[in-house]
Amino acid sequence: MNSRDNLIYMANQIARNFATLDDAAAANAIAAHIVKYWDPRMRVKIIDSLEQNESKLLPVSRNAVAVLRDTHQSDAP
Amino acid sequence: MGYEPQKDFGTPASRSEKTITLTIDGEKINVPEGTSVMRAAAEMDTHIPKLCATDNIKSFGSCRLCLVEIDDVRGTPASCTTPVANGMAVHTQTPKLQKLRKGVMELYISDHPLDCLTCSANNDCELQDEAAAVGLRDVRYGYEGENHLGLETDSSNPYFDFDPSKCIACSRCVRACDEVQGTYALTIEGRGFGSMVSAGTPIDDFMSSECVSCGACVQACPTATLQEKSVKEIGLPDKSVITTCAYCGVGCTFRAEMRGEQLVRMVPWKDGKANRGHSCVKGRFAWGYANHKERILNPMIRESIDQPWREVSWEEAFSHAASEIQRIQEKYGTRSVGGITSSRCTNEETFLVQKLIRAGFHNNNVDTCARVCHSPTGYGLKTTFGTSAGTQDFDSVEQSDVMLVIGANPTDAHPVFASRMKKRLREGAKLIVIDPRRIDLVRMPHVEAAHHLPLQPGTNVAVLTSLAHVIVTEGLVDEAFIRERCDWDEYQDWARFVSDESHSPEHLEAITKVPAEELRRAARLYATGGKSAIYYGLGVTEHSQGSSTVMAIANLAMATGNIGRPGVGVNPLRGQNNVQGACDMGSFPHELSGYRHVSDRATRKLFEDDWGVTLDPEPGLRIPNMLDAAVDGEFKALYVQGEDILQSDPNTKHVAAGLEAMECVIVHDLFLNETANYAHIFLPGSTFLEKDGTFTNAERRIQLVRKVMEPMNGLQDWEVTQELARAMGLDWNYAHPSQIMDEVARLTPTFAGVSFDRLGELGSIQWPANDATPDGTPVMHETGFVRGKGKFVVTDYVPTDEKTGPRFPLLLTTGRILSQYNVGAQTRRTENSRWHEEDILEMHPSDAENRGLKTGDWTNLASRSGETTLRLLVTDRVAPGVVYTTFHHPATQANVVTTEFSDWATNCPEYKVTAVQISPSNGPSDWQEDYEAHSERARRIEIPESAE
Repeated sequence: MNSRDNLIYMANQIARNFATLDDAAAANAIAAHIVKYWDPRMRVKIIDSLEQNESKLLPVSRNAVAVLRDTHQSDAP
Repeated sequence: MGYEPQKDFGTPASRSEKTITLTIDGEKINVPEGTSVMRAAAEMDTHIPKLCATDNIKSFGSCRLCLVEIDDVRGTPASCTTPVANGMAVHTQTPKLQKLRKGVMELYISDHPLDCLTCSANNDCELQDEAAAVGLRDVRYGYEGENHLGLETDSSNPYFDFDPSKCIACSRCVRACDEVQGTYALTIEGRGFGSMVSAGTPIDDFMSSECVSCGACVQACPTATLQEKSVKEIGLPDKSVITTCAYCGVGCTFRAEMRGEQLVRMVPWKDGKANRGHSCVKGRFAWGYANHKERILNPMIRESIDQPWREVSWEEAFSHAASEIQRIQEKYGTRSVGGITSSRCTNEETFLVQKLIRAGFHNNNVDTCARVCHSPTGYGLKTTFGTSAGTQDFDSVEQSDVMLVIGANPTDAHPVFASRMKKRLREGAKLIVIDPRRIDLVRMPHVEAAHHLPLQPGTNVAVLTSLAHVIVTEGLVDEAFIRERCDWDEYQDWARFVSDESHSPEHLEAITKVPAEELRRAARLYATGGKSAIYYGLGVTEHSQGSSTVMAIANLAMATGNIGRPGVGVNPLRGQNNVQGACDMGSFPHELSGYRHVSDRATRKLFEDDWGVTLDPEPGLRIPNMLDAAVDGEFKALYVQGEDILQSDPNTKHVAAGLEAMECVIVHDLFLNETANYAHIFLPGSTFLEKDGTFTNAERRIQLVRKVMEPMNGLQDWEVTQELARAMGLDWNYAHPSQIMDEVARLTPTFAGVSFDRLGELGSIQWPANDATPDGTPVMHETGFVRGKGKFVVTDYVPTDEKTGPRFPLLLTTGRILSQYNVGAQTRRTENSRWHEEDILEMHPSDAENRGLKTGDWTNLASRSGETTLRLLVTDRVAPGVVYTTFHHPATQANVVTTEFSDWATNCPEYKVTAVQISPSNGPSDWQEDYEAHSERARRIEIPESAE
């Protein structure tokens, strides 16, 4: 799998491990995990996947990446 | 220091707190109740002659040399088997005793070769010493009678000889094998004069027997009967230095016994708190790689990997490496380079590599080999308990009533600690094994697991949740502990989750393949059997739910109150010697030393003020991310110290593609390893014998590594990294690794009380060590969790995406074998390969029969990632549908078939679950042939013209 698909897979995999949380909590937990452990380039790429309406992202992953994008934008200088 | 054998007190120390007062030869002494008279005398430096007694095994009372006289006691009791008593008056030297001892010694010597001057143990022989001590001057019986002098030496073991002509049948070797090692390979055959030490059955020699070459028998032998070949070849040592083994995470300490600068033997140090005087075949004997002919001693460079290597000066190598890193960063950006620290190198070396990346490369692209083994331990235990480390010391096992071993094979991977586990099990502790394979601990001499749960690979979380289901629904939780020590609301959420019927053993049996009733019994035993301890290994972490499994384990321990005191706890058995230390030192891309996130402004400022640089607040790339980024053209240079990612990391083809895409790969290692086939700069490394520093073992124990010889390559590894940093413009001026540790202590609260001086004073320190616990912390979370309240985490079972199907119907799981270590770079270059010359595939008889395969056949092992060939062993150790192999040999490259699936939280690879197919094979796979050709080309070293 190429690196973009791999990042989508990774985001979805994190999502599946937070499946017992409600949607909002899951999205925040996934986003927090990505912020804590992913290199900024990986984060940009996964946000880019959301912008491109990537269909492989699970719904909860999409919500999480949206949280990530909003945080990313608010943190931008 | 000069050479002296370590003092032998004759019998083990008593742990009683009650004191007994007695007199020995008129001198008063206080000793703990239960101490033998022999040991009490030894404590006051009074030597009582002995032959069958030694202080790491129980007294035996057979040699009759250690007799003493005691006031108001009839006869002459053996001092080794006589416990002290209040008011006892002992006499160790009387005319009567002298006569008796002389008579006994006369009999021994009458059947012993009189070749002392040419004997390899001359001046290091207890028989010789005691004959002198008792004043033996002649043997009245002569030497012509029936004797054992003509018996042949068994030289089958590559590391030691057994010469029965010198044996005095004291049974020390047999008892050491039984009591210390727990293998029961040796016995005394025959009776009376015919008594002979025998390895296995009469037709066995040492090599063909069940002997595991731990060396305990050699260490115990009072004569030259069992003697290291190296002593025979080199002669007796003339000095010794205490240092720490560079193999597994047990962290055994040894006396490196030297003759000049030549290592004669490694003898386990009895005062070592990790190993308590024991050893395994690797640490004791497998150090020959240190001067193996394949070691590279000069730096080398090349423009591209299709060129031969060219030897250069250190200066040129450092200058070239620095200019390449700088060139690449200018062209591709600051974050286009990174490095990997080694779990085999010292804390100080590891700290310097991560410092070089953060302060010199100006990014956080640093990772370590723990990524592919215990990174889920760091995540899971930090989340639940607040600290990324195991909770106990090894001594804790002596107080355990129940051991739950999951995903670990201690007798092969952590053999010295396994011996301590076996000892406790022989004393009556109960054992639960959760493993797809029937590992040796399941059933071996005098050890049998109460429950073996042979789960389907990939279902750890389901099994652990089932165990929790039983514990919660049957009311076996320790509610008082939970209410006091854990977050009660989180516990209730977790308890509701695990109590759901969908998590019952009966419901999950179809997935886990574990019989429900057996699982229920195991759960009850763990929860109610007394002090229960969990030991786990890579069979827990190397899964797509590795981190969840660690948290599920922590949940179990908290739910049953098995945390915070001796005998219980959660104990990750670390694979390599310094995995714990490498993680502690800030090797992960998101954390500085002491597990503090790089985004934490206050922590960063601490380092920035000390180092005089601005640090990147963003996490860097993990190893798999580095390789992905390299394939994408975004990551261009890598400095790898002491790790062979091509052989050890999953999906070898992907690793090769990543390395091949880089413009500068710097390998810093002892040998031209497989990764070096893709490298542009090679910096020769030094062995653990050639350096000073510290290792931190699986119980958080920091121990000194002491240099016993000069580095053959000219520089210790920390010096190599320092010179590279200086070439990059960093003003580093460490004169000794102790200064690096001082910096670690200055910047890391859990290491605040650690220094080389303190380590020398105390022998070792278990972190955290600071003002609150200046001597360290053997057991963690005693009064409260580091994070405050213990956190129960709901761990939902998520099946792996690595599925079996018609093309790949079997599940491959991988592991280690006793004689080899990790990628085998060290052990393959020793005689240990005599026990394991190649990786072997284990397969259940029914699966083999279905494919028409038998033991010894060449087989093709194929997955969707790749294929390789290796020979087959048909065995019922593995369950139907599961196959197993090791990854020690580059010719096999088992990781050609493993996949890029990894742990959801940490990216630790899912080595333990790969869907495969096995079929008959006639020869190597295309990959193996191509790789061999590539490897041969890549290892060429240009011969300088002047040398031609």
